[in-house]
This record gives sequence, structure tokens and C-alpha cells, in this order.
Amino acid sequence: MSLFALLIGVPLIAAFLVFCLRGNGARNAIVPLASAVTMGLSVAAALKFFGHPEFFKLAAPELPMVIMALDIIAAVVILYYTLVRFKRPWIALLELVQLGAVFWFEKTVGHSIDIAANIAIDNFAMIMVLIVGIIGSLIAVFSLGYMEEFQKEHRDVEDRRPFFFFVIFLFLSAMFGLVISNNLLLMYTCWEITSLCSFLLIGYTQTEEAINNSFKALWMNLLGGLAFAIAIVWLGLEYSTVELSMLVNLGRSSEPVELAVALLVFCGFTKAAMMPFSGWLLGAMVAPTPTSALLHSSTMVKAGVFLIIKLCPILGSNHAGLMTMFVGGATFLFASCAAISQSDGKKVLAYSTISNLGLIVCCAGIGSYEAAWTAIMIIVFHAVAKSLMFLSVGTAEQQLESRNIENFDGMFCSMPRLSLCMIIGICGMFLAPFGMLISKWAAMKAFVDAGHPLLLLVLVFGSSTTLFYWTKWLGKITAFIPAKENLEEGIHGVQWIALRVLSALTIITCILFPGISQYGVIPYLEVTYQTNMDVIARSNLLIMSMMVILLVVLPLRFGKGRKQKQVVTNLAGENSGDNLSYRGAAGQTIPVTLRNWYMEKWFGEAKMKLCGFILCGSCLLIEFAIILGGAFHV
Amino acid sequence: MSEMVLNIISGIAYLILAPVIGGLLAGLDRKISARMQRRVGPPVLQPFYDFFKLWDKQPIAVNEAQRFYVFGFLLFVIISGLFFFTHGDILLVVFTLTMASVCFIVAAYSSNSPYSQVGAERELVQTMAYEPMLLLMALGFYLKCGSFSIDTILKAPSMNFIYMPGIFIGLSFILLIKFRKSPFDLSMSHEVHQELIRGVITEISGRTLAMIELAHWYENVFLLGFVYLFFAWSAPWSPALAVLMCLFTYFSDVLVDNCCSRVKWEQMLSSTWLVTLVAGFVNIMFLMYMR
Amino acid sequence: MSYIKKSPWLVHYDGSSCNGCDIEVLACLTPLYDVERFGIVNTGNPKHADIFLVTGGVNTQNLPVVKQIYEQIPEPKVVIAVGTCACSGGVFHDCYNMLGGMDKAIPVDVYVPGCAARPEAIIDGVVKGLAVLEEKQKALAVPVREKQALREKELEPEMAISKSQEAGK
Repeated sequence: MSLFALLIGVPLIAAFLVFCLRGNGARNAIVPLASAVTMGLSVAAALKFFGHPEFFKLAAPELPMVIMALDIIAAVVILYYTLVRFKRPWIALLELVQLGAVFWFEKTVGHSIDIAANIAIDNFAMIMVLIVGIIGSLIAVFSLGYMEEFQKEHRDVEDRRPFFFFVIFLFLSAMFGLVISNNLLLMYTCWEITSLCSFLLIGYTQTEEAINNSFKALWMNLLGGLAFAIAIVWLGLEYSTVELSMLVNLGRSSEPVELAVALLVFCGFTKAAMMPFSGWLLGAMVAPTPTSALLHSSTMVKAGVFLIIKLCPILGSNHAGLMTMFVGGATFLFASCAAISQSDGKKVLAYSTISNLGLIVCCAGIGSYEAAWTAIMIIVFHAVAKSLMFLSVGTAEQQLESRNIENFDGMFCSMPRLSLCMIIGICGMFLAPFGMLISKWAAMKAFVDAGHPLLLLVLVFGSSTTLFYWTKWLGKITAFIPAKENLEEGIHGVQWIALRVLSALTIITCILFPGISQYGVIPYLEVTYQTNMDVIARSNLLIMSMMVILLVVLPLRFGKGRKQKQVVTNLAGENSGDNLSYRGAAGQTIPVTLRNWYMEKWFGEAKMKLCGFILCGSCLLIEFAIILGGAFHV
Repeated sequence: MSEMVLNIISGIAYLILAPVIGGLLAGLDRKISARMQRRVGPPVLQPFYDFFKLWDKQPIAVNEAQRFYVFGFLLFVIISGLFFFTHGDILLVVFTLTMASVCFIVAAYSSNSPYSQVGAERELVQTMAYEPMLLLMALGFYLKCGSFSIDTILKAPSMNFIYMPGIFIGLSFILLIKFRKSPFDLSMSHEVHQELIRGVITEISGRTLAMIELAHWYENVFLLGFVYLFFAWSAPWSPALAVLMCLFTYFSDVLVDNCCSRVKWEQMLSSTWLVTLVAGFVNIMFLMYMR
Repeated sequence: MSYIKKSPWLVHYDGSSCNGCDIEVLACLTPLYDVERFGIVNTGNPKHADIFLVTGGVNTQNLPVVKQIYEQIPEPKVVIAVGTCACSGGVFHDCYNMLGGMDKAIPVDVYVPGCAARPEAIIDGVVKGLAVLEEKQKALAVPVREKQALREKELEPEMAISKSQEAGK
């Protein structure tokens, strides 16, 4: 148990240290140290608890007081921003209502409820701890170099780095608290802190756009928080419990807890940026890249899907389950379509995150053993590959002063090492035999076995559109344009460390995923579902990881073989010799510019968003109407 | 145990025989197309002559990377064919095939030449167009036979085609794309060599081009293998029927090729997805209902 | 066995002809003449071609184009000049911008005269070109050590020269 106290405490101490010792030198020392310790602790925790799920009562009488105090501090900060600093009173209202609800609940009913376990540690929580601990810490290390460069480039942005790192470490600490808590009140507190942190991080630059987007993130997440608070109150009043495991048990014994489940799932939707709440994640792009990397890969959105997957066993063919799978499925399809029409690198990544989260949520909604396996596997692969992608795009942005994919032309030659990281990231995101594809495979099986033809359709079309936008991007960076100079000089050392470790992690998770499945995911599912089966035959898993090894070995042959005579590209005989321009009809030299296809007419962002919002919104409304009708049926 | 030996034998047979069969099919295709146009046409062995000629040509290239990607293309096509003929998992076959086509597309992109790039984009749209149908086909077999394993599919108690005619129609439709036949030969055409100066492979020549030809022969053979799965079941005489149906499918595609003009990519994408939705999906719903 | 004779692919380039010869070249592809029965394919892509078939003469505008296309064709390759203009400049011979026949730009192996050259003559010229092609192929297929020397000479003339200089020392 002390291990977890350390896990939450170390980032918290680091947060306060970087905030108080404002010097660059102190920060440069504290951040890597704290990150390394956090990483080590998370690995230690994983080693200790993998395969030994445990519940802790944590019999501290002051715990409710601490929770309340944290709730109030978070609320005060939010109220300060919404009422004093910026005038957004109705967001303050959202916060006040939920705070009031929780406060009232704690005063009247809460203290009389006997809590069997405040902390639940299982393999899934451990996987999340590993993701947050390793990837989150790497991102913190990366930010050290990135933010230094960022402040140099953006002289007009006030240097608030102590504050930035304070929030980042606070975020990690809250995430650790979130994934191990079984007490919903405790989880709610961590939940609110992550919402608050993301709000603070998104608004870092304090520009008009950043402030607007940060408030968008805040109100959407507070709406989720409100649903969370209502779920707690309802659950406490009806069944006098505030434990997640109890809720799952109640659901299993077919008690009518659908309303609480649906509210919690809804809360997960807002955090995981399901349509129609996808707006805040796209808006988060205004923040410095490490923020996006943190929000998209290891924290924030993963908290949303974490909660939904925890509820997985009691979703399925009930209305909460139907809502989950259809909102997830529609988000998966429309977000991946919308990504086709985007040329802004970070926006493509954002849509790809949303669509992957959609797939995870959809799987969780199906609720079967194989679907849950798939959902957890996607979380792992997505976290690793997506953080790598974000960090490489952020680095490329600093070097090229643009994050438009069209400007990544010739990266293969001008930034060979960075483009290699990016290629590994992209391959990890969609290509066979990398992990993501395994997950899609399992998803397909799960969808067929669950008997939802519509979801199958969503999956096959969604995966083909995914293929399109990733390959397009891959093509852009592999285009071979001999570079005049190497642009990798300015990249900070710590940035390389993070990028290299993540690249290695991506490959390692892809090679070792049979092991991850065997020792990580399956034991958790065995406990949760009381059965044991191989989702994908073990021989096939081995074949896939062999193919990854092949893919790693294959590039060693790169550039070997018979000597080839170099000729210019075919520009109908008018190539002016450097492949970059041709002679026009009047003898002038015209540069060759190549642009990708975006198919705006087919996959325009506005169109896709409209379809997605209408579908998901109406699905939410209808299902909630049915569930409410059922819950308050007299 | 003997089953495993049989699988290995059929894998080796695929490695050796597929290029021969693929080349012969290509030669017959050219001969028959010529006859349809009232020409004499080249000898049936012409594709082999072309292949060996290309193999001996002087190696030229626009960059060092391209050959590497093409090699990856060939390798992954062969691997996915091997999975097929050693009676592996049909989804694995489809996924590896996707991997191969991504290699092929990246090879075209890497040259940074306008013709190649347009070819690559079109190839990518084609991949996006046919991918859903291939996956639906795999799912259809899973629903019908209860397994993704080709072994189980081949031992089905009844003809698969009877339960999945819609999926077969969809598959035949996308095979036009995969065989690079009109009306869907947008990215690189086998017959009319002038379209985008062969698009994807504009910058590829000599031995590298020969590798692509070889990869296409391998690919064509195991794509016809998909057709085979529809008509083969536990009856002892069914393989003969299935092979006949493969030939019939291939040559009806040749007929279509000679009757149609090339369409725009929009028409290709919309018609393919429409067929996938109507024929493929309705069939999947039926299979799910049957289950 | 040399397969190059059985599978000659050609790239057709129109220098500055009046299009008369080009129409005759295309006529060769029609069912009446059907050059595909010899395995001939009109590729339109120099990188896939073995035969460079040019019509029209060379002028200052198309000189670099002709040279570049010729460069892009991998060895072994032959050049066939089709029509009087390609052979000698023809009626355009004395124009201010004309340099003359194709042999002013690149080495021509077969000349097919005629204004316009008849399809039969063009096919005949291509078949003659095939013999040249086979010879070149044989010349390329000399024993390995000589081949290495040849290739070096061709890939990096400077390097080959410096090596021979070293040998001289």
C-alpha cells in the first residue's frame, strides 16, 4: 500500500518542488529525477501486483475529510477562474451544482455508508499505472526540452514553466489516484482534478483562442463530472454503496442499476471525447504539444475509457450497453473519416485519437470477454504509439515551424532519425503486424460473436478510412527528396531520449504483445468474467510477432544490393535535373509541388461532424429517455 | 501430423507453382484480349519473356529507398499467400495483403515523382474501396463456417456459395480492382500503358519492375484462391468445380476489361462501397440471422 | 538465351514531326499490323523501354528532352529514327532552329526513311533494331570482370578514369 502512497506522493512532491523552486537549473534536475522515480515506482508496483489483484480498505477515518477538502480546493480554483478571472458564470453554476450534490450527500448519507474497499488493485489498474507512469513521465522529460525551445520561439507568451510542470505532475498524481480507486467519491475527486489540470494546461498560452478552448474543455468535463456526482448520489441513496466493485456486482445480479451505469458511461464519454463532446479534444491542440501528448495518450482520455471498461461486465445488451456501443461505433467511423480531410498534423492525430477511443468504447459497450480484451489491448498500443506520434510531430513542428503534413515533404532526408520515429509511430498505429491491427482483428471477432451487423459495417469501413489517412501521411514523410541540410541539429537531448525510448517501447510492445495478453490482460479478464479463453489463437499471435521482428530486421538490408545508376524522375523529359523543377513551354523553370488528396467533398470535417453529432446525440437522448423511464417507472 | 506435412507441401507448391500459373494466366489474358480485338496477340509465354528481359536490364533508380519498399511488397505478398496455402487464418491473409499494398504505395510515394504520386493516391483510394469488402468476405466465412481458419472453411459440409452469393458478387466486383482491370484500372493499367505512364510504377524499372510483376502473379493466384473457397466443400469432386469457377471468374473479368472504359475515382469508390453495402452487408445480415 | 528480342518495349517520342509518322506508328498497334504479336509494347515510359522510337528532327527546343529520355532508358537500348525528318531533318532541314536528324542529338541505330514511313517499314525497322539489341545485350553479358569494368566506366566515368590513371602510375 505504501508503494501507492509513494506513487501518488512522488509526483505531488515534484509538482510542489518545481512550483516553488522556480529556477531553470532546479527544474532541470527535479523533472528527470522525479520522472525516473515515478517510472521506477510504477514498474515496481506492476511487478508486485501483476497477477495478485487485491482490495484495500484503507481504514483511515480522515479519508472522507481529505476527499471533501480536495473537492473544495478544486472547486475554489474553478470558481476563481470562472467567476473572478474570466466571466463564465454558467460554468461556475455547473461546478456549484455538483459540489453541492456531493457535499449534501456526504453530510446526510455518505458518512453512514460502510466502505469495504477504497482501493482496488487489479491487472487492468496496473496496466494503467504502467501507461501513466512510463509514458506520462517520458512526456514530462520531453517537455523539459520542448518548453525551453517553445519559450524561445514564442517570446510573446509569458514564461510560466514552473506552473506548467506543476500541473503536469499534479496530473500524473491524480491519474494514479484515479486508476487505483474503488471508492467512487475518491475517483470523483481525482476525476475533477484531471479536468481542472487539463483546463489549466490547455489555457497555458493565455491567448484568446486558448482561453476559449480551455473553457470548452472545462464545461464539457464538468458536465461529465455532474453526471458522475448524480450517479454517486443516486447509487448511495438507492443501494447505499459508493463502490465501483459493488456497482458491478449489483449489475451482475441484475439489479436495476442501469441509471448509475449510464450516468458513469456518459461521464466517461465526456472525458474520452466521444461525439458530440469531441470538440474539447480538438480544441486542446492550441496548447504546447506535450500537453496534447499527455491528454491524448496516457492520461485524460484514457481515464474516460478506463471507467467505461471497468463497467464492461455489466454493459452489453442492456440500454446502457447499447448506448455505449453505438456512440462509440459512430464516433469511430466519423472521426476516422474526418481525419482524411485534415492536413494539420496534430488535428489528424486528434481525430485518430477520437476514432480509436470510439473503437475502445464500442468494444467496452459490447461487454463480452473478447471485447474487453480488445479494448484493453487497444489502450496499451494506442498509448504508446500515439504519444510517440505527438512528440515527433511536436518536434518536427519546432524544426519546420509548421505542423502541416504537406510541409513534412522530404523529412526522410532532412530529418532521418525523427522521421524514423514517426514511421514507427504510424506503423504502430494501423499496420499489420503491429498491435493495433491485432486489436482490430479481435474487435471483428467480438462484434460478430455479439451479433451486431451494424457495428461490423462501422468497423470495416472505419478501418479502411484509417488506412487511407495514415498511409497518406506515411507516403509524405517517406518521399525521397535529397536535403541540402540536416535539420535535426536543434533538437534537445532530452527530447531524443523520450523519442527513442518511446520508439523502442512501440516495437517492444508489438513484439511482446502475446506476453502482455497472457500475463497482463487475460488474468484480469479471468477474474472479471470467471472464464478463460484465447481471443486470437496463440499460434497466430506468434506469427504476428514474428512478422514484427521481420519488419525490424528487414531494414538492415536497406540500401544494399546491386549498384543502381541514379536517373532523374520522369517529368516527360523536361526534368531540369534536380527532380524538383521542370522546364516550362516558354523555357522558364517551374517547381514541382506535390499535394496529397483530402477529398473534402466526401469526407469534409463539417459534414462528418454533423453526421456524428446528430447520430451520437440522438442515441444519447433516446437511450437516456428509455433508461430514465425505466428507473423512475412506478 | 500428416495434415501439417500436407500444409507444408502445399505451401512449397505455392511458392514454386504460383508464378508459373500467374504468368500463364497473364499470358492467356493478353492472348484472349487480343482475340477479342481481332488481333493475333502475343505468345502465351509472353509475360515470362518480359519478366526475364526485365531481370537482365541495367539497374537504374531514382533513389535507393524504392527498391527496398518493392522488395517488402513482394515479400509480404508471398507471405500472405503462404498463410493462405498453408491453410492459415483468412483474416491474417487479408491483413498481410494490406501490409503488402501499403509497401507498394509507399514505394510509389518515395520516388517523389508526380506520376507516381498520383498513381499512389489512386492506388490508396482503390485500397480504401476494396478493403471493406475483403474484410466482410472474411467475416462471411466466419459466420458460415464458424472459424477464420481456411482449413475449416474447406471442410464445410455444404457449398459456401449457396449461403453467401452476395459476398461472392461483392468479391468479384473488387477483384476487378485487384486484377487491375477496366473500369477500375486507375492507378496502373496492365493493358493501356499510357495511363499516367503506368502511375504507381512510373519510376520503377528493370529487376525491380520484374519483382512487381512477380508479386502480381503471386497475388492473382491467391486472390483466385478466395474464389476457390466459395465453391469448395467436403465433396470430393468440388475442387474441380472450384477451379473451373476460378477460371470462369478470371476470364469474365477479362471480358469486362475489354468491354468497359476507365471510370473516375469517385465512381469507383461510390460503386464499390455501394456493392459492398448492398450485396455484402445484406448477405452478412442474412448469415447472422441464420446463425 | 536472350529474351530481349522477344519482349521489346518501346517508348515513342515525337520530336518535331508533322504527326504523319506518328499516325503511322500508332497504326502499327491496330489489329491490321498488331505489333503486340512480337511482344512489342508501346510503354510511353522511358524507364520501362528498350527501344527509343523517335519521329521528327531535333531542334534547340527538344534537344535536352531527347537527351534526357535517352538517358532514362536502361541498357541495352536502341534508337530507331522513323521518317525522313528523324533521319536527316527532312523538309525542315534548313529551318533556323533545326539541328538536323536525330543523330545530331543521340546515337541512332536504325534509320527508317519515308515521308511518312509506312507501317510495314516501321515494323521492319523495329525488327532490324531487335538484332542490334541482341548484339548489345551480348556485349553487356561479357565475363564478370570485364563487366565490372564496363559498369564502373558507365556508372562513374571519373572514378574509372582515376583508377586507370592510378594503374598507369
